[in-house]
Amino acid sequence: MTAPPFSPFDRPNSYIGRSVPRPNARRLLAGRGQFTDDVQFARLTHVAFLRSPHAHARIRGLDLNAAKAAPGVIVIATGADLARLCRPWVGTLTHFAGLKSPPQYPLAIDRVVWRGEPVVAAVAATRALAEDALELVVVDWEELPAVADMETALDPATSVIHPEFGDNKAFSLHLESGAVDQAFAAAHQVIEAEWHFGRHTAVSLEPRTMVAQFDPSEQRLTVFQSTQTPYQMQDVYARHLGLSDAQVRVVAKDVGGSFGMKLHVYGDEMATAALSMMLGRPVKFVADRLESFVSDIHARDHRVKARVAVTADGEITAFAVDDLTGIGPFSAYPRTSAVEGNQVIRLIGGPYRHRHYRADLKVVFQNKNIMSQYRAVGHPIACAVTEAMVDLAAASVGLDPVELRRRNMLTDDMYPYTSPTGFVFERLSHHQCLDRLVGHMDYESLRAEQERLRRHGVFRGIGIAAYIEITNPGPAFYGVGGARISAQDGCILKLEPSGQVRCLVSVTEQGQGTETAMAQVAASVLGIPLDAVRVVTGDTEVTPHGGATWASRGAGIGGETVLRAARALRDNILALAGTILQAHADTLDIRDGLIVDADGGRERMALAELARIAFFRPDTLPPDFQPEMTVARHHVPRGQPFAFTNGIQAAHVEVEIETGFIKLLKHWVVDDCGRVINPQLVDEQIRGGVVQGIGAALFEECIYGADGQMQNGTLADYLVPMAGEMPDIVVDHVSTPTVYSELGAKGVGEAGTAASAAAVLNAVNDALRPLGARVTTIPLTPDRVLAALGKLDA
Amino acid sequence: MKPPSFDYVRPRSLSEALGILAARGDGARLLAGGQSLMPALNMRLLSPELVVDIGGLDDLRGIVERDGLVRIGALTRHVDLQRSAIVVRHVPLLAVAIDHVAHPAIRNRGTIGGSIAFADPAAELPACAVALQARMIVAGMAGTRIVPADEFFLGIYETALGPDEILVALEFDAVGPDQRSAFAELARRRGDYALVGLAAHARVDADRLDEVRLVYFSIGPTPVRARTAEALLTGRPLTRDTVTAAQAALAADLDPPADTQASSAARRQMARVLLARVVMELLDPVPIGAGG
Repeated sequence: MTAPPFSPFDRPNSYIGRSVPRPNARRLLAGRGQFTDDVQFARLTHVAFLRSPHAHARIRGLDLNAAKAAPGVIVIATGADLARLCRPWVGTLTHFAGLKSPPQYPLAIDRVVWRGEPVVAAVAATRALAEDALELVVVDWEELPAVADMETALDPATSVIHPEFGDNKAFSLHLESGAVDQAFAAAHQVIEAEWHFGRHTAVSLEPRTMVAQFDPSEQRLTVFQSTQTPYQMQDVYARHLGLSDAQVRVVAKDVGGSFGMKLHVYGDEMATAALSMMLGRPVKFVADRLESFVSDIHARDHRVKARVAVTADGEITAFAVDDLTGIGPFSAYPRTSAVEGNQVIRLIGGPYRHRHYRADLKVVFQNKNIMSQYRAVGHPIACAVTEAMVDLAAASVGLDPVELRRRNMLTDDMYPYTSPTGFVFERLSHHQCLDRLVGHMDYESLRAEQERLRRHGVFRGIGIAAYIEITNPGPAFYGVGGARISAQDGCILKLEPSGQVRCLVSVTEQGQGTETAMAQVAASVLGIPLDAVRVVTGDTEVTPHGGATWASRGAGIGGETVLRAARALRDNILALAGTILQAHADTLDIRDGLIVDADGGRERMALAELARIAFFRPDTLPPDFQPEMTVARHHVPRGQPFAFTNGIQAAHVEVEIETGFIKLLKHWVVDDCGRVINPQLVDEQIRGGVVQGIGAALFEECIYGADGQMQNGTLADYLVPMAGEMPDIVVDHVSTPTVYSELGAKGVGEAGTAASAAAVLNAVNDALRPLGARVTTIPLTPDRVLAALGKLDA
Repeated sequence: MKPPSFDYVRPRSLSEALGILAARGDGARLLAGGQSLMPALNMRLLSPELVVDIGGLDDLRGIVERDGLVRIGALTRHVDLQRSAIVVRHVPLLAVAIDHVAHPAIRNRGTIGGSIAFADPAAELPACAVALQARMIVAGMAGTRIVPADEFFLGIYETALGPDEILVALEFDAVGPDQRSAFAELARRRGDYALVGLAAHARVDADRLDEVRLVYFSIGPTPVRARTAEALLTGRPLTRDTVTAAQAALAADLDPPADTQASSAARRQMARVLLARVVMELLDPVPIGAGG
């Protein structure tokens, strides 16, 4: 079988590179979405959780009598009750040597270690009755000292959260490359600064939701769950609840956002599954907004001290950084809470060509909610530190920030390139992206306008942030550390009797358009209309086992998997067509759902007719010919651990220096994610990511008191970015496909988030520079801006 | 986030509603637009035995102007204020302020009476009522009484309303040709409760202000009048120095709280900025509907 005459990317009816509408948009807009909470069950029960009101306390006693007698209550369960059904989990992996975390149980047993930790479960006929019953639970608390401040977590005077570890250090890592001390000693300028990044959280529109249904007759657990990783969760439920994978089915219906928050193991969810096994009935858990704030994983929380060495002509020769990050009382399971800090210190300096690098990472326990992976893990911190330091470096040698970047970014002749932290870049396009960006911005005019307006007391700033993004991770990411998290994906593609194609694929959809992109790849490779492909995702009993959706892997890995499956099915279809038509298969092609002559395009037969023969009249075929109308293929990235992408962003802002308010005027992104499958979906991913990063830059912060209490856990007090404050976001692309896959697509899900906060931070500091002020903490609240300007004392 | 169980009644007349309140008193809460009560119930911050839904009392709706008086029924929704020509013409401060109250979905249900009676210290309408010296028309079993806005707001979520009383309307003097209002607030996001807000009203004669009322909100337990600053701005030609002096005087007038949104010092700074802005606007008003 020879290759088709056109590649799937340039054949006339290819969907690759076209902004086709999402097939699922009509259903969702019509209100016909099926989210987990919409699924109906007979004999359904509802669980609610009593959560710790203290950051750290001993449970001296529990009085459950009144709660057990409350109307509608089916069971009241404690940590000890559920520990008998559910093995504890430990959030460590072997490739993070030295990472510590204690066993974690579904519910606290004798001690709580964060405000919001689930303690008692009430299962009742309705959620309201379950909440009523919880009000009758009496807990005898003995408050213990809380470790809130990560800066003092390692002090000898600070109490130790897990005494068996001897201190509050969860993990540390030192990286050293080149001759760092010599580089600083030889520098013309050494710039030093300290940056602070608040905690924030995902605030997905649909909260964490699940219905666990254990059927005692078959000893099978079915979990409908709003998750991005059904296969991982199938494995987790099986191993921790004493079942085999084969006894567990996880189904992800429509999912209303996840952002990395819906792939961790949560005690309340494990408790829900265990309760279903205890009761032999379906149990529903829906995290309400208040409990989401104190139980969904939090993100970031870093203090980074950074130094950079610069020569007189603006060459950056060395970075040295020290990152301290607080992860709450446990490392999250099963991916750990070490990845965030690890990626911060490995990504810092990523776009630049310095060869001397030193980094120290300390990850500490605290009595706060657990911190773990969230969209763009580590990237925004690394990017903000790098780009803020690069701006300071530019100022120190009197160079324009764009010019300094030009002098220091990796150049096109340097690839493949191994960074000082060991990352390998196949081929990046920093200079092309920078050139496009300054063109879109009309950079020189903006600078002139900035100068003019300053004379009228209007302070505008321009901030640039270059970035690299880790996408399409291979097994080195989790698998090598012992995590049962797949780096491969699978696709089953079937031609059905209708002549239409069903695509069962292991990557999942949370609103970003994965299913659309998969359909585009399948339709293009097969040569059939897009609406002849129906994509099915998210059911471990139906779809092949795979990694699903995280780390910007869906399009790149899932897309390549679908491409390979489609190629195999196409070969089988053409082999059958050749048999029926008594022609050589390689003289035939599939175009617009028809078998045609490859040469000339004359129609030979419809796919529906071919399918009819394959399924209902195989007696008309030669006896030694078996049509194979279903194929399965798997794909794992090989050749490089990650497919790095790159890009650059810019923010234009105006700072009102009397009030500290920041107005976002415009934002630009030039991204290179390789081959773009659907430009509109890619642009939406970038814009959504930019807005999420702007949330971190200006609005979102989980504010904790010294007592470890989160003080703003409502949507009135925790500010998410809203459309009214967002600027227009201009998006453009440079395309450098990876050669490690035929599709050439890299990931794009996190690029927007990776650099937008950095761009805004730099823009605000650019605005403040003539006033001698600098803000070093995000979010950039009015208070912080006013404090930097010295306006809070009067 | 499910409310504890409660009884529910929807009276058909004001007298029936007052009778229910008289009988159930402290255990009852009135439900108007529900924009504050429903979240408070769901968060179990309130657990009344009885919710009295006054949504059926149509007499409590509507905006009328007669003989220089504007009467706004307590159940008049924010969106109705926004669309009212009477409000634009005769109570322009409300017309400006209402655009800053939350979002369309909330303005479609929230009522002026609900906002006034709930007395959130960060809300816009109570401050406007104080600035304009509105009169609160309060009904009880014994009849109707009138409470001046200056005496109505007693503390955080605390008003002069008795447990068996219902706020039925607000009454405003239609503004005269020489009177002007101004409004400004600073909110992180459009529609949020303000970090600091200021409603102002005065008699204007060229570059002089008289009968100045500066009412800050989100800066104390109730709407707060800046009396020292008012006095400094009253009855003399306004210059840069006068405004600066009035700004400095806010130190004595205001004692802002600190919370997760802003420090006390930041609120003081913002209060000074807002003072200058509203004075500018009193002297040189922007037409309603203009600008952003």
